[in-house]
Amino acid sequence: MSTMAVPDIAVAPVDEGFWTRGRKVGLTLLGLGLLAAVLFGALATDQQARFTLSDDAAGAALEINGTIGAILFGVITIAAGAALLAGVPKRWFLAVLGVGLVGFVLSFLCWQVSAAPTGQNFMPLVNIIRGTFILALPLIFGALAGVLCERSGVVNVAIEGQLLMGAFSGALFGSISGSVWVGLVAAALGGALISLLLAVFAIRYLVDQVVMGIVLNLLAVGVTGFLYERLMQTDAAKYNSAPRFSNWEIPLLKDIPVLGPALFRGNIFLYLGLLLVLVIHIGLFRTRWGLRTRSVGEHPTAADTLGVKVLRVRYRNVLLAGVVAGIGGASYTLALYSFTKNMIGGKGFIALAALIFGRWNPTGALLAALFFGFADQLATYLGAISSSIPSQFLAMLPYLATILAVAGLVGRVRAPAADGKPYIKG
Amino acid sequence: MEPGEIHALLGENGAGKSTLMNVLYGLYQPDEGEILVDGKPLKLKGSSDAIGAGIGMVHQHFMLVPVFTVAENIMLGAEQTRGGIAGFLDRRRARREVTEVSERYNLRVDPDAVIENLPVGIQQRVEIVKALTRDVDLLILDEPTAVLTPQETEELLTVMRSLKAAGKSIVFITHKLGEVKAIADRITVIRRGRTVGTASPEASRDELAALMVGRNVRLTVDKAPATPGEPVLEVTGLVVDDDRQIRAVDGVDLTVRAGEVLGVAGVQGNGQTELIEAIMGLRPVLAGTVSLAGERIDGWKPKKVLRAGVGYVPEDRSVDGLVKEFSVAENLVLDIYDRPPFGAGLALKPDAIAASAKERIEQFDVRTPSADAAVGTLSGGNQQKVIVARELSRPLKLFIAAQPTRGVDVGSIEFIHSQIVHERDIGTAVMVVSSELDEVIGLADRIAVMYRGRIIGIVGPDTPREEIGLLMAGISPDATAEPGAADGTVTDGGPASADGPANEDRA
Repeated sequence: MSTMAVPDIAVAPVDEGFWTRGRKVGLTLLGLGLLAAVLFGALATDQQARFTLSDDAAGAALEINGTIGAILFGVITIAAGAALLAGVPKRWFLAVLGVGLVGFVLSFLCWQVSAAPTGQNFMPLVNIIRGTFILALPLIFGALAGVLCERSGVVNVAIEGQLLMGAFSGALFGSISGSVWVGLVAAALGGALISLLLAVFAIRYLVDQVVMGIVLNLLAVGVTGFLYERLMQTDAAKYNSAPRFSNWEIPLLKDIPVLGPALFRGNIFLYLGLLLVLVIHIGLFRTRWGLRTRSVGEHPTAADTLGVKVLRVRYRNVLLAGVVAGIGGASYTLALYSFTKNMIGGKGFIALAALIFGRWNPTGALLAALFFGFADQLATYLGAISSSIPSQFLAMLPYLATILAVAGLVGRVRAPAADGKPYIKG
Repeated sequence: MEPGEIHALLGENGAGKSTLMNVLYGLYQPDEGEILVDGKPLKLKGSSDAIGAGIGMVHQHFMLVPVFTVAENIMLGAEQTRGGIAGFLDRRRARREVTEVSERYNLRVDPDAVIENLPVGIQQRVEIVKALTRDVDLLILDEPTAVLTPQETEELLTVMRSLKAAGKSIVFITHKLGEVKAIADRITVIRRGRTVGTASPEASRDELAALMVGRNVRLTVDKAPATPGEPVLEVTGLVVDDDRQIRAVDGVDLTVRAGEVLGVAGVQGNGQTELIEAIMGLRPVLAGTVSLAGERIDGWKPKKVLRAGVGYVPEDRSVDGLVKEFSVAENLVLDIYDRPPFGAGLALKPDAIAASAKERIEQFDVRTPSADAAVGTLSGGNQQKVIVARELSRPLKLFIAAQPTRGVDVGSIEFIHSQIVHERDIGTAVMVVSSELDEVIGLADRIAVMYRGRIIGIVGPDTPREEIGLLMAGISPDATAEPGAADGTVTDGGPASADGPANEDRA
């Protein structure tokens, strides 16, 4: 009840004293910069760190001496930190923070690349960017499913299950029919099936949404695992050899240096994902559907008094979320791999983290997903150049980043006010 | 309702005004009876039907999405769109519509302001504009002044007059007499869900007050004359804020002696809740002192206050008094579960708890299938008896009961009243706060009337109820020339009574 009540007094800006959020972030950045300049600088070697603009060691490259690069980029981070500490206008905050973080990452890369065994001290940027997007893809679909659901006030912990069910039904029906399109539709329906269960139990029977989501994830793992063993493994040729979408090269865009070969010469799910981000972002903030969705997620009673059908909006959005996540699951089985047991492997939960890190905003979720995808890709790369950094550390990054985000380091994170609260009329 | 009429619905909190209007707005369904519009019965299945029939409502708790802009809130549910099926919002048109309406009725609002950044008065204006853009003929204002400052109230009344001039009908729900007299064309008084009379605005304040409070037969409580002893509770100069940092208790002095019942009367939301919560240590004391048997207790934690010999029946039993999911037996030891014989070290002693529960269920006549039944499954009266039983089972110096019989059946009321009187007779100081004037008159040996955070008068139980009713409306007998009463303008509705609607909503 208390959350429904309109706050009666305008929120006075809190006087934080000297240590504003900007200054705290600045100090953190300063520390990171010092760490980078001193530690990474000392550990880097005098070999050249090469960042090639291609798939391999060949071709044009950006080069810098490892030690100099590590120190230089560390100093950039220090400068950004110092600027925040001194105080910059609010609209510059994110830009300066971004520069500082990029400096830290580059300093780290200079160290790692220059310290790699001879012959491996290069980083193929096309590869890295492509890998980042491919690894981010299920996160993008998953986080969008989260946005659709939670903006209307239903917590979606079942993203993992929706992705998995989508991947499974895409593989199964794609294989049986021999058509990618049938597979795609089946994947969407598979995701929607999990969503339907979530919707009915959360909206109609008022079951705790988080608990319900977890149960649905377990259900999806169980059902697909069982059918995989009993069906797909007995006759993989018939049930688990779905056709794959062929590569679509996009004219003009494919000729952009680095980005063209990295992004626009293949995966149609990537195009679809980016398109969906755009569509959902515009839909949410520019259309009647979006206005009603957000009102139902923020203050369902108010929406109800204006004749908005709260429950209907919620049902529709939860089902749409399942469709989106189902297609995300198909991005595995109709483009990359055949189905294996539990093949989503927790990506649905990282998508949930991307949703929060991206502040329930489609574009924010995209950026968060890309950041997590990059961390994932970097871990693979570091493994390949036999780095001294355990890959598990990088695997922790998404969760660490989410904790920092929730703790308010990158601005106030505010969920839709009625997120997770069932609506009971009267 | 006539066109262009301002019709006031007057009644105490919990009299059924808001419920009636929610039915009229299609939010609740009537169990019986019908609504006639232009002589034809109207069936409202939901608020959109009501809007379609030209009925708009400004709710007590504003129905605005805090993170939306004014224009977004106003267009919600009636969006103007472009682009066919895609349904792109036509923000420019919405903005223009808002500006148009707000200029026509002189209700200035900025269409691009975000609601949560606006003061309450402006938010209310947005609500009115919202209703007006939907072309309503009948506007329901549910306790519109409860959250407004006197200046904002004055502005609202001006707005209402201009709406009336434009031919809109208004239903104005309130419990404040001054406002009603200032603006209404016709007054209907409601008490306990029934219309008890209609009046013209020329009726005097005491007439209206009498209608509102009622002339029921007193609930008789058998009791011997009190034999007051030493002062037990002494409150001096107490100042307390409510949840919104608005002054709720503004310099209260009172004393409760051993063996007497002090009744606190007043329209709800005049600081009674905050007064008690401050005594109990549930709310910070900003100034003044609270002493129990000579010892300062302000600033103590509630647990320490309870252990010092204070019994407390909170105003809202389902929120503050009981853990609904716990059993009757568990609820009966909530206060002393960690003390022998009920607890030792880390362990509870189920046998002792069960035995004592059995005893107390019998003693306090709690009608429950068993001591293990969840307390939430009992009737209101029996739930209340569980609280009373728990609180009265400790040796007490002071017993505070807030709304002790709200939502309780008649049989239980009598029982609870007799327990309160019994507690007084064994020498405990008792303080009863109730918005039921009959209850206060029946129980109390002295009656303190609270108005806008102050004790406006302390009278004996034999005082005529009309006089007490006037006190509750802020008119003290020796100050009948108080400005609000004299010139008929609005002086009630200050910040001190702002807590009222929230409580009413819960009740």
